[in-house]
Amino acid sequence: MAHNSTAQSDEMSLGDRFNAVAAWPMRILFGLLDRPFRAIQRLFGIERMPYIFLLPNLAFFGLFVVVPLFINFAFSATGGTNLFLADRPFVGTEQYRYLADCGSYLDPSTCREDRFWRGIYNTITFVVFQVAFMVLFSLVTALILNRKIRGRGFFRAAFFFPVLLSPVVVALIWKWILLRDGVLNAGLTSIGLDRILFFVDPTWSMFWAIFVSIWAHMGFYTLILLAGLQAIPPDLYEAAEMDGTKRERIFWRITLPLLWPNLLVVIVLALIKAVQIFDEVFVLTGGGPGTATQFIVQYIYTTGFSNQVQNFGLAAAASVVLGVVLFALTLMQLAASRRREDN
Amino acid sequence: MTAAASDTKRSVTDMLTARRGGTSWHWTDIFTYVYLAFGVCLMFGPVIWLALSSFKTPAGLLEFPPTLLPLGQIEVAVEGYDDPLPLYKVTMEDGTVRELAQIRRVGIIAQMVDPAAPEERLKVPIANREPIREFRMAWENYTKPLERFNFLQYLNNSVIVTVVATAITLLINSMAAFGLSIYEFRGRNAVMLFVIGTLMIPITIILVPAYLVVTQLNMVNTLWAVILPGAATPTGVFLLRQYMLTLPRDLIEAARMDKASEWAIYWRIVLPLSLPAIAVLAIFSVMWRWNDFLWPLVVLNRNEVYTLQIGLNAFQGELDVQWHYVLAMTVVTLIPVALVFAFLQRFITTGIASTGMK
Repeated sequence: MAHNSTAQSDEMSLGDRFNAVAAWPMRILFGLLDRPFRAIQRLFGIERMPYIFLLPNLAFFGLFVVVPLFINFAFSATGGTNLFLADRPFVGTEQYRYLADCGSYLDPSTCREDRFWRGIYNTITFVVFQVAFMVLFSLVTALILNRKIRGRGFFRAAFFFPVLLSPVVVALIWKWILLRDGVLNAGLTSIGLDRILFFVDPTWSMFWAIFVSIWAHMGFYTLILLAGLQAIPPDLYEAAEMDGTKRERIFWRITLPLLWPNLLVVIVLALIKAVQIFDEVFVLTGGGPGTATQFIVQYIYTTGFSNQVQNFGLAAAASVVLGVVLFALTLMQLAASRRREDN
Repeated sequence: MTAAASDTKRSVTDMLTARRGGTSWHWTDIFTYVYLAFGVCLMFGPVIWLALSSFKTPAGLLEFPPTLLPLGQIEVAVEGYDDPLPLYKVTMEDGTVRELAQIRRVGIIAQMVDPAAPEERLKVPIANREPIREFRMAWENYTKPLERFNFLQYLNNSVIVTVVATAITLLINSMAAFGLSIYEFRGRNAVMLFVIGTLMIPITIILVPAYLVVTQLNMVNTLWAVILPGAATPTGVFLLRQYMLTLPRDLIEAARMDKASEWAIYWRIVLPLSLPAIAVLAIFSVMWRWNDFLWPLVVLNRNEVYTLQIGLNAFQGELDVQWHYVLAMTVVTLIPVALVFAFLQRFITTGIASTGMK
């Protein structure tokens, strides 16, 4: 109750602050729309007004999200290099067959479109390690931040702030540290080790791609888990302590089962984000060395937009494949969040 | 049985590790503080290193191992010379150490002069001299890109995109949320389902067709191509609607009695009452737009329409990267986010924790 009322006053003061800087130009703008909307109301009547209010937003959704979603299938069924659909010859499932044309699916070099398959395998490697360690570290951090420690707000902010940094900034911060003459190599040479050319070695590049993306996004998941931990009723812990239950046992028997719905949501959200990894790694490694850190979204981007020959059909087919994966993950997310709400 | 056994074990360890106040140390106590200390260094360290490095001269950046602080060589004005001369600590042949200014360098011999006695010129092998340096910030890393490159243009573009897009997002999202929360009408649930559905469609899977739409609208290489497609955010509609549902209905009914138009109810009653939620959406929108990368990368191909992120990416991708400028520009790109974070951190974190979205 007490917590609730402070949150309320926080929100009010944010509203006040927003009011002081941005609300008046906003209200002038909205005031200008007063007359036209009165006319519309007179024309259509009050019962049609909800549709009028929804119209601009739905028009944007339709134009830039829903229509493209359907055109995407049309693109993936046509060939050639023309952007305009009317000029593209129908090829049926040829794009998909081209993508799937492999000697052996376990070996990307036997595939006709080997970059696509390398992208898939790289993405799988990335997702497995990134999600596992991201969830592990977020959980440990949330558990630690949930203890009675001094300066908790500061520590929480410290783990959270990289979430707000742009991917380009995140990548450049780390690239500067990891360069041949960077500060990390200076540290290595000072303790007598050899320099490592991180971006020349495929394994190191993948390691840093995973590390940097965990560094940047961990705070977001920590926050969700922390909220989950704080929602666990404290009397459960008090009762357990009175019974003299060991801490390990409390963790396995109380904390983890009660946090599980939140943990599930975090795992699925992290999966959805990880499958679409592009920004940070693209700036950090450029997908290199070779194709060692090229992921599926980068394949779509280079195939459709940055190659000399822009192969829109192939890019669209690849993004349909990605879309199917994301759709499955989203269904998992819905199931997970329904479970969280039920509990 | 087992409980009793663990009790005796506990009492032994309690005795060994007992503290005043009765509570005992647990290995997790030490782990907590080690973890937090390490975590703070890992999180802040790289950003501080970036900021320190951004004030180093190009020569300072090339040094290996790097110095912690940005250093610059001290220069002194010497009588009879137009330009200030760089100062060195020189070990003379007889073993004495003097501070001399360098006039010029020929091969491995440097011509030097004592600033106190400018008439006499000395010839010193360059191996015997070492620059004298002091803490100095290379502000030119920040000022030069402003004059020389399109940096100001990028900054300008980023600000326009962020401000205009956020204004449009607030307008159309709050209108839609108003429609979905205040009225009972046919198809409301269908529209709500539709909104939640679009929440699940990321730009990564509609890159090609969205590009076609933007091309058809003749918006490629204009800022509108970045601003408009992301303006109708499902997150925003959802967030605002949840908030508006909590507003008292009597107020709206009373206004209708007074013959207020629906638009007036929206912008004079519901909007002012929803400011807390609108402010949260405004913060989110600013962050989204300022940091946006993949979509601008696709639709902006001309230098003069680049946003900061795209310009920065182009700079760091050049063959001969000018790191002193790249680092300084990275810091500038980071500053607005740092300010938002410093002042509004609480609201962002509560916003994320309550919606589970970012």
